Amino acid sequence: MTMPVTIRLQAEDFDVAAESAKLTRGRTDIGALVSFVGICRGGEGGDAIEALTLEHYPGMADEEIARHVDEAISRWPLLGVTVIHRFGRITPGENIVLVLTASAHRAAAFAAGEFLMDYLKTSAPFWKQEEGARGSSWVAAKDEDDSAAARWTRR
Amino acid sequence: MKLLYFAWVRERIGKAEETLDPPAGVATVAELIGWLSTRGEEYAYAFERPKVIRTAIDRSHVRADAPIAGAREIAFFPPMTGG
Repeated sequence: MTMPVTIRLQAEDFDVAAESAKLTRGRTDIGALVSFVGICRGGEGGDAIEALTLEHYPGMADEEIARHVDEAISRWPLLGVTVIHRFGRITPGENIVLVLTASAHRAAAFAAGEFLMDYLKTSAPFWKQEEGARGSSWVAAKDEDDSAAARWTRR
Repeated sequence: MKLLYFAWVRERIGKAEETLDPPAGVATVAELIGWLSTRGEEYAYAFERPKVIRTAIDRSHVRADAPIAGAREIAFFPPMTGG
């Protein structure tokens, strides 16, 4: 059984349909494909933003994502995983991140996708800076993201 | 060893990377942060709340009590906000 894994960090946008097709093409064992797409919000009023700039730690970011993809593969019966994370300047409405998880049944695909997103938020070395009417500011990490990731910790 | 700084840690220190050899006696991440903080106002500002700072040694996350002996690359950055 093949287990295709794609991990890419890139400045350019991605095509969700094309990436999904790449994962499932020619396969008859996949019964569930879950896709998560993180999109840049524009905010409202005083919180409106013109763009996000994503800084990352090249070298570590892909290694860190690969470590969590390996863990997801060891925990759930997956048949394919794709993670694409963009960096650089991204404007509201544009894609930021794509996580695709394929499995025979939906439970594993949903769980692995959520696990990967929770860990991307808290341990992949990316930092968002917002550009707004009042200048630029670094986005603060949220405690709820830490608790979302903590619930996956194995006891 | 090579030190890397990201996001507001980079902005406060005013550089993205540098090569420094900390003195003998600086054995852990916490001690390295303490020593860096004495190198000037920009470092003191970047590391003013050391508990907030996250550290990676050779591209893996480590805690403040991790030993730095043998490290080639140590990165300091704020809590991550990707995804």
